[in-house]
Amino acid sequence: MTDVRRIGKPILTVEEISLSFGGVKALQGVSFDVREHEIRAIIGPNGAGKSSMLNVINGVYHPQQGTIAFKGRKRHDVDPHEAAQQGIARTFQNIALFRGMTVLDNIMTGRNLKMKCNFLQQALYWGRAQREELEHRAKVEEIVDFLEIQHIRKTPVGRLPYGLQKRVELGRALAAEPTMLLLDEPMSGMNLEEKQDMSRFILDVNDQFGTTVVLIEHDMSVVMDLSDRVVVLNYGRKIADGTPDEVRQNRDVIEAYLGVAH
Amino acid sequence: MAEPLPDTFPRLLLHQAKVRPDRPAFREKDFGIWQTWTWAQVADEVRALACGLASLGFERGDNLAMIGDNRPRLYWAMCAAQSLGGVAVPMYQDAVAQELSFVLQDAGIRFAIVEDQEQTDKLLEIRDQCPQLAHILYDDPRGLSHYARPGLQSLDAVMQAGRDWHARKPAFFLEEIARGRPDDVAVMLYTSGTTGKPKGVCQTHTAFIRAAESGCKFDRLRPEDNILSYLPMAWVGDHLFSYAQAMYVGFTVNCPESGDTVMIDMREIGPSYYFAPPRVFENLLTQVMIRMEDASSIKRGMFHYFMKVARRCGAEIIDGKPVGLADRLLYALGDLLVYGPLRNVLGMSRIRVAYTAGAAIGPDLFRFYRSIGVNLKQLYGATETCAAVCLQPDRQIKFDTVGPPAPGVEVKIAEGGEVLVRGDILLKEYYKRPDATAEALDASGYFHTGDAGYFDADGHLKIIDRAKDVGKLAGGALYAPNYIENKLKFSPYIREAVAFGPGRDRVCAFINIDMGAVGDWAERRNLAYSGYADLAQKNEVYELVRECVEKANAELAADPMLSESQVHRFLILHKELDPDDDELTRTRKVRRGLVAEKYAVLIEALYSAGKTSQFIETQIRFEDGRTGKISADLRICEARTLGADAARSVA
Repeated sequence: MTDVRRIGKPILTVEEISLSFGGVKALQGVSFDVREHEIRAIIGPNGAGKSSMLNVINGVYHPQQGTIAFKGRKRHDVDPHEAAQQGIARTFQNIALFRGMTVLDNIMTGRNLKMKCNFLQQALYWGRAQREELEHRAKVEEIVDFLEIQHIRKTPVGRLPYGLQKRVELGRALAAEPTMLLLDEPMSGMNLEEKQDMSRFILDVNDQFGTTVVLIEHDMSVVMDLSDRVVVLNYGRKIADGTPDEVRQNRDVIEAYLGVAH
Repeated sequence: MAEPLPDTFPRLLLHQAKVRPDRPAFREKDFGIWQTWTWAQVADEVRALACGLASLGFERGDNLAMIGDNRPRLYWAMCAAQSLGGVAVPMYQDAVAQELSFVLQDAGIRFAIVEDQEQTDKLLEIRDQCPQLAHILYDDPRGLSHYARPGLQSLDAVMQAGRDWHARKPAFFLEEIARGRPDDVAVMLYTSGTTGKPKGVCQTHTAFIRAAESGCKFDRLRPEDNILSYLPMAWVGDHLFSYAQAMYVGFTVNCPESGDTVMIDMREIGPSYYFAPPRVFENLLTQVMIRMEDASSIKRGMFHYFMKVARRCGAEIIDGKPVGLADRLLYALGDLLVYGPLRNVLGMSRIRVAYTAGAAIGPDLFRFYRSIGVNLKQLYGATETCAAVCLQPDRQIKFDTVGPPAPGVEVKIAEGGEVLVRGDILLKEYYKRPDATAEALDASGYFHTGDAGYFDADGHLKIIDRAKDVGKLAGGALYAPNYIENKLKFSPYIREAVAFGPGRDRVCAFINIDMGAVGDWAERRNLAYSGYADLAQKNEVYELVRECVEKANAELAADPMLSESQVHRFLILHKELDPDDDELTRTRKVRRGLVAEKYAVLIEALYSAGKTSQFIETQIRFEDGRTGKISADLRICEARTLGADAARSVA
């Protein structure tokens, strides 16, 4: 087996990104890069601009200034579906699944971009549509197996506990076979065991599929264990960038998290 | 059958591959689809495995460990080891690393086949203690691609090497199988060890083939039968049903997708032959009852009405006893409306024969399954006897006995009441333990089971307790702790009980409540609780348990031999007894001595008249190996006991 997890060249570069909502400056001149196959964390106190940054990357927000280069293609802004087509998938801080649908169907929606048949063919489930459905279903089953959620395959998502819903959401993101995965607080609201499980899945995704992972997380210990490099934001500005060890010793970071000693 | 069947397991496999090459031998649900291997394919795979092991230097007499859930390749590995004249040593997959370490060293394991990363990690952790462990072969490569350790490789690679080996030496595999002898040791099963360290029970091909044969003929098992293999592979019951009998008859073994999906998989497969310890049947029933409580009132009414009918005549109908026409018609209607759908939900629609063993089964529970048309029977046996000493014949079912001795097995009751067994099915020896072997096997060839029991008027064996646990109260009355505990545990609210009494003037007990059942009960009463310890100490829960204890007391009082064993005082423990804390064995039997030692203060308090509570602090071990402390003030409760006269009028 070839080593898929060799950290390579930058795959995503954001330069001088500024984003404001009216008078609120969410991001101010933030620049950093994400290298191929690495796990990159964005951390910071509440309101630091972490989620905004993620939303800029996958095109939900359009920054007033700055550029983003993904896989070498420079752009000012994109739409979310373009980002998805380029291979960026994400999960949300407050789970955004179809609650009435089963786990399988939810993950299947993640395959939507890869489906070529038109509505009529799918409705009739005939010829190419049938072949395609089988292919996609096989892929979805791989994800089900990977995330160890076989026992809830046919359970409506709304009936699942929170930790499992998070896992299903990760599954849906994986179904798009992304090059880069954006995870918005994948471990919020989880207990210790669930956090450990989720950490293992993130490492496995990164390890087995070589997926580049950008994650936002509150839990510092998780971030420090998982990530290759960490960006720290505070009040919309980048205050540190480096390996977990470097960041941990950074004076500004300590101040941002623990407050300034007066 | 005209010609006698082959006399070793590898030869049985070749036989099945010849007689029914295209019949399904194994199925495993993988990626949501049941994958099937025919007998011919299994023979092929076993050959690749065996040759692969040979290429790594596996030799005649070597022991091959397998650790994991029920996976087809782990079963095949057993046969592969046996083909080379080796011994299969299945181990409990949920054992912690230290427990594995003992067995690995004791059995001198050089080769271990493990299911996945989790098991691999455990073995790597204890590798320093087991220097002889040269090869770790894993079935599922997930997460293991970066583990560069000497001797660690995937089973796929080994099987590929095996196929190359076979291409070079096409005669090798069959020659090796031809060298095997029926009295070679085929498998070594470690006893869970209620006392002391586990012992390796060495069983020969002959022993397990005889055990399989007698069971298969007894219940007329057919190649068309299906079973679901979900019990630990290291357990003698699973080895008999999923390996020995499958090889002997050629029926299909189905491996579930994962431990969590057993219920779903069971429904999909619809096994015709089924085996489960009482605990599983109990959990299923609890789930049914909980779901019925939530059902609409019409369904609930129908369920309760027809269950009453089933209680009245269901068991008699399945036993072929005379039943009135009206009841027969009602039962037929009930079958259409309730029992049939219920069996379907439980995945038991196609069951012809179901067995339970390993612990006493509550009469209510047993009767429930039989009355809805599941032919549930009991058997009695031990690891040392290939699990098959006594079997209940169809239509001769009693709730409190385990049936007459199986064909070819001789059972005798010793002076002190201990059950002795003789026959082909006995162990050859305990591995490297001549002392223990001499203790268990006497000069005339009887195996001392350590169980106390007697034959009833119909020649059915009734087991009451472990012989060593049977004692006397201070007053001289017979005391059988398991018997008392089982009476208590027959209540759905009591999960575990530990009785105390020998040498004392009366019996007292520790109780573990059943978190699921009591939790549900509490919810229905809007009783808030934060966790096990909190729930266990609620006044209402104590009341509930007191009623259960008093019900058990009434039953004990009705038995003139055991009426002195009624429980006078009890307390509900603040934590669940757990194998990780060494309080239970892996098969969930209470380690009486350890529990008594650990909770000595509590026992003291139980026997201090007038004392109504006791403080205790206990160390516990979490699943990830860390330890912590919990403490609590435990209440002690009195239970009403009945005098002999009162009991007679109740009974």
